[in-house]
Amino acid sequence: MIAIKAQELTYTYSVGTPFEKTAVDHINLEIEQGEFVGVIGHTGSGKSTLIQHFNGLLKPTSGKIYINGTDLWAEDTVRRAYRVKVGLVCQYPEFRLFEETVYKDIAFGPGNMGLSPAEIDQRVRQAAAAVGLKPKTLDSSPFELSGGQKRRVAIAGVLAMEPDILILDEPTAGLDPKGREQILSLIKAYHKQRRNTILLVSHSMEDIAKYAKKVLVLSKAGVVMYDDVANVFSRAKEIEKIGLSVPQITRVFELLRDQGYPVSDSIYTLEYAKQELLRMLEERGVPHA
Amino acid sequence: MLKDITIGQYFPGQSILHEMDPRMKIVLTTVYIIMLFAASNPLGLCVSIPFLVLAYGVSRIPAVMILRSLKPVLPIIIFTSLLNMFFIDGQVLWQLGFLKITLQGLTTAIVMSIRILFLIAGTSLLTYTTSPIALTDGIERLFSPLKRLKLPVHELAMMMTIALRFIPTLVEETDKIMSAQKARGADMESGGLTRRAKALIPILIPLFVSAFRRADELALAMECRCYRGGEGRTRMKQLKIHSRDIFCAIFVGVCFAAVIAINLWAPVVLTMR
Ligand SMILES: Nc1ncnc2c1ncn2[C@@H]1O[C@H](COP(=O)(O)OP(=O)(O)OP(=O)(O)O)[C@@H](O)[C@H]1O
Ligand SMILES: [Mg+2]
Repeated sequence: MIAIKAQELTYTYSVGTPFEKTAVDHINLEIEQGEFVGVIGHTGSGKSTLIQHFNGLLKPTSGKIYINGTDLWAEDTVRRAYRVKVGLVCQYPEFRLFEETVYKDIAFGPGNMGLSPAEIDQRVRQAAAAVGLKPKTLDSSPFELSGGQKRRVAIAGVLAMEPDILILDEPTAGLDPKGREQILSLIKAYHKQRRNTILLVSHSMEDIAKYAKKVLVLSKAGVVMYDDVANVFSRAKEIEKIGLSVPQITRVFELLRDQGYPVSDSIYTLEYAKQELLRMLEERGVPHA
Repeated sequence: MLKDITIGQYFPGQSILHEMDPRMKIVLTTVYIIMLFAASNPLGLCVSIPFLVLAYGVSRIPAVMILRSLKPVLPIIIFTSLLNMFFIDGQVLWQLGFLKITLQGLTTAIVMSIRILFLIAGTSLLTYTTSPIALTDGIERLFSPLKRLKLPVHELAMMMTIALRFIPTLVEETDKIMSAQKARGADMESGGLTRRAKALIPILIPLFVSAFRRADELALAMECRCYRGGEGRTRMKQLKIHSRDIFCAIFVGVCFAAVIAINLWAPVVLTMR
């Protein structure tokens, strides 16, 4: 099933002023249900703008957007229902917390869905546990927490709505390596468990390579590539041309290839790199431990 | 929706209006306001039409921007017009029970509306063509004689610039917060008054928190760059009166003279209070 489909999707900011800017330009896209998609693109390439269409926050200037086959902007579509079905964690979500306690803040989304108190309670605790928040944090004020903890609270707030499609806009920007690793593994685990569609916007190619299955590459308001991770990162030259980079390990292997070593061109995680090196050494009969 | 608020927004450009000395612009805008209220004859108000058309034409600010700046004041205009129309005594044109519209009331309503419209359109031009920095610079210089009276002119000017500068930022922030809360299923469009008021809390609290945070950060950044008030501060850009400023002043002077002349000698077409 196709979870998200965009048809000639176009969005222009500040139409009719000198600041007019087309941030999404005639994009066509189909994302399958259950896919884990990494979204990359340089700053200002329109990533945030594009994903805000997927839950109906932005109305396309022209073009169509379908979620699970429903045209979001058809007259009889109840868009509020799709805001819940498509969970969006905005960029810097920690600045949008507002409740007295962490518990209440996470409960805001489920509460808006009109669930029963018991159901809300269960979802809040589950979501908090999923992002690694301790039960006793639930009673503290979100404003007393550290930046990383606030980020977790914000992500939990969206997870608690149990969306079919989960979109995260740079969820790890500004976190320490351990925090990044944790949050991304939690998201991956959540994906494994529920088999829902996930879109992850990130500037870290390593993270994308490690967690995503497919990559959507945006440049200058358009889609440049949408393919499996391996296929995308094997086109290193093109990716570098649009101002992005490939994972470091991919570059190392590119240099090895340039020097004449017969290594594969689709190496993008340390794990693969190790296997590939061992394979090559074995072929050449070099002894190794 | 929120993007329609344009007060305090600067439109970069290179027109003669953009390059004019901000002091001159402030003075001339003040003269323009006086001119609008001095015109006791509707004909005098008409002098403002070519004035505005010319000013907007020269500055290359798109005409839509005028409409945008007028939108927020429309309710006020409609309200005052209604008051004027129904409550001014005079020659009765139309009557229904105790409600009556008089000729005098009608003309006053029309003239007042035009006056407010021209007022907003004209003064918006000042902020459209002047960067906030130039604007405070001008204000500070104009009011600097008041420093002798121990008035903190520099500080006031700085506060004004910062306030002006942050209007668009806060509007943008509000938009982002609204998106984020809508993404969590917040419903801001339906429900009664109390429900809607309650729906504002998730927006206002993050907005206040972020405004205070910004203020804090800005203060820190200013201190890090050794800002310590106006005392002994010199400027990179010195303000000078050029021939274009004189030219514009003469133009405004002519318009003003025309208004006075019309007041004194033109036949009274419509009577106003
Ligand atoms: N509210 C807005 N008003 C006007 N222009 C905007 C607005 N938001 C974004 N833009 C413009 O649209 C373009 C795309 O912005 P967008 O935020 O989608 O980029 P992005 O790919 O998410 O970048 P980043 O990696 O920095 O988050 C940018 O050129 C930006 O200047
Ligand atoms: Mg972004």
